[in-house]
Amino acid sequence: MQIKSPEFKQNARIALEDVNLQRALGNLKAGFPQKRAAAVARLPEFDQLRDEARDLKNHILEHLDLYLEEFEKNVVANGGTVHWCRTAEDARKTILEICQDQDAKTVTKGKSMVTEEIDLNDYLEKNGVTPVETDLGEYILQLREDHPSHIIAPAIHLNIEDVADAFHEHHKRPKSNDPAHLMREAREMLRKHFVAADVGITGANFLVAETGSTIICTNEGNGDLTQTLPKTHIVVSSIEKVVPTLEDMTLFLRLLARSATGQEFTVYNTLSSGPRRPGDQDGPENFHVVLVDNGRSDMVGSEFQEMLRCIRCSACMNHCPVYGAVGGHSYGWVYPGPMGSVLTPQMVGIENAGLLPNASTFCGKCEEVCPVRIPLPKLMRHWRDKEYEKHLSPTSVRSGLSVWSFFATRPKLYRLFASVGNRFLRLKAGKKGRTSKLPLASAWTDHRDMPAPSGKTFMQQWKEQNR
Amino acid sequence: MSKADIFNRIRGGLHVPSDDSARRAAVQARLDARKRNLIPQRAQLPADELLRLFIDMADEAAAELIELHSAAELAGAIENWAQENGIAHLVTASDEQINNLEWSGNGTLVREERVAQVGDEASLTSAFCGIAETGTLMLYSGEESPTTLNFLPDTHLVVLRASTIVGPYEDAWQMLRQATGGSMPRTVNLITGPSRSADIEQKLQMGAHGPRRLVIFLLHGE
Repeated sequence: MQIKSPEFKQNARIALEDVNLQRALGNLKAGFPQKRAAAVARLPEFDQLRDEARDLKNHILEHLDLYLEEFEKNVVANGGTVHWCRTAEDARKTILEICQDQDAKTVTKGKSMVTEEIDLNDYLEKNGVTPVETDLGEYILQLREDHPSHIIAPAIHLNIEDVADAFHEHHKRPKSNDPAHLMREAREMLRKHFVAADVGITGANFLVAETGSTIICTNEGNGDLTQTLPKTHIVVSSIEKVVPTLEDMTLFLRLLARSATGQEFTVYNTLSSGPRRPGDQDGPENFHVVLVDNGRSDMVGSEFQEMLRCIRCSACMNHCPVYGAVGGHSYGWVYPGPMGSVLTPQMVGIENAGLLPNASTFCGKCEEVCPVRIPLPKLMRHWRDKEYEKHLSPTSVRSGLSVWSFFATRPKLYRLFASVGNRFLRLKAGKKGRTSKLPLASAWTDHRDMPAPSGKTFMQQWKEQNR
Repeated sequence: MSKADIFNRIRGGLHVPSDDSARRAAVQARLDARKRNLIPQRAQLPADELLRLFIDMADEAAAELIELHSAAELAGAIENWAQENGIAHLVTASDEQINNLEWSGNGTLVREERVAQVGDEASLTSAFCGIAETGTLMLYSGEESPTTLNFLPDTHLVVLRASTIVGPYEDAWQMLRQATGGSMPRTVNLITGPSRSADIEQKLQMGAHGPRRLVIFLLHGE
């Protein structure tokens, strides 16, 4: 996927004025946060589970190599094969080779963000293997030659008319704007693909070291058909998804659906442990796990290690005011929202994605809802530091910071200007208590009013109260 | 080689050697202990309340429940259900519970023991156990229980013995390990209600790619 993160500002500006996108984003803001809050309220132990999940993830990351080794040992014992891929290119080649070994013409795919990350579909297609996305959202996007704008609700940026148009064009059926009808149509269309596919590719939510199992947590059932019907099942997963035991996986399962969709549990939680056993009447004959590193091992031991705790629930973006305003595509690569603002610079370089960790109000909501308590604002600050150190931040930002630091290191001068500024803003705001125009700040005030300071400055109040 | 490269980077980041016996011991201890993490109070209730919880949670997940006093009623109840719902054809698993059903043969229901195919109306399988915490069924694959039966037909009928309902998932893992001698079946399915999607405008639609209906025949008694 082409990296468009350097154009974040333009993307965001267009997104803010896109009426249809804003309508679609309304569905997100009205849905996920309330559903999550309701699910959390029903489970009094939720915050304790988050603490345990954070601690367990930390333990796993400290022993990541050893749990991966155990996982591989048990996949092999189950009759499967593990492939280790350092880069996205390694992973693409490995998957293509497995497909070619099977003389595969078509491949069905369950939802997998890692396959987006490694840009698998284009590569397969160019090499004569046709990928068919089977998750409803991903299927819609594939018809539209579009990409996911959200990690669990990939087509959240679309309205029903967009889906109706895409189906009408590709299925050559009468157009319908009824979601139930569109769902049925997709179900019918995809049946033949499920059966005809030579290979099924899914992601994994977790890898269980103890049993050599992979698990997918889904609602539609397409992932299960994808991995059960073809002769070969390929699981594509990143390396940090390993957990020690079934009991440990369970801890994360209790958090995942509640944090993501606000469900108590996803409809299908399916564990796969190797290929078809003697006597089995169905299931794949070949079972491959492709483990993708793609920059993650470099995060171990770094200031970004905590990001590897992420279980891809999407709560951070569902609650993010910036994501809610500009949508996922504005971020310009695979992972949007706060988690994407930390991961993307790691994967595509801070020189390409420096705007993302800056596109945050640091309101802290992402950290507040994260099921594994990732300090996302802190990690975004680390990227801002790196960007500054590498002299990548724009001149306006750098000179702005220099001006600020000139005053900040001269307290008397700072206080003088703060007190003058305070009075100026209050005067300008008048009785309304806010102002709609400010010199040099029109980019800010074009979209909202500036509230007047409510009283004296902090230092003035401090002095008075300590008297 | 990629694996060695990845491991070197991880160990380099952590500043640990590859042969650190303390780390290996910590990992082995965690794997062997299979320690349970915090289990919500909700899943730790007396048996009768767990049964109630299972029924409520399964209902909330949009599963349909038919309660029966004993296994003797099962075949008749399935035949009745098929007739009422206009189902003429049923593909079934071939486990002992299903093999022992005494079908009346009245009516027109045709039964076949096989894997599922595209176009199948309904399937019948046995659950290994029920998990009250979220109204979840656990099923697993084997010679007598093909996985496709759980996903391909339009309606999935599942027999669940009330006596197998446990509170938390952890109890189900323990039962599974006992039943299979510690080795994992090829596939374990945790199923909570019928298939659904909210991918179009976040509006929930039932019956995405898996079964549109999940009907649980809940057997009380032995």
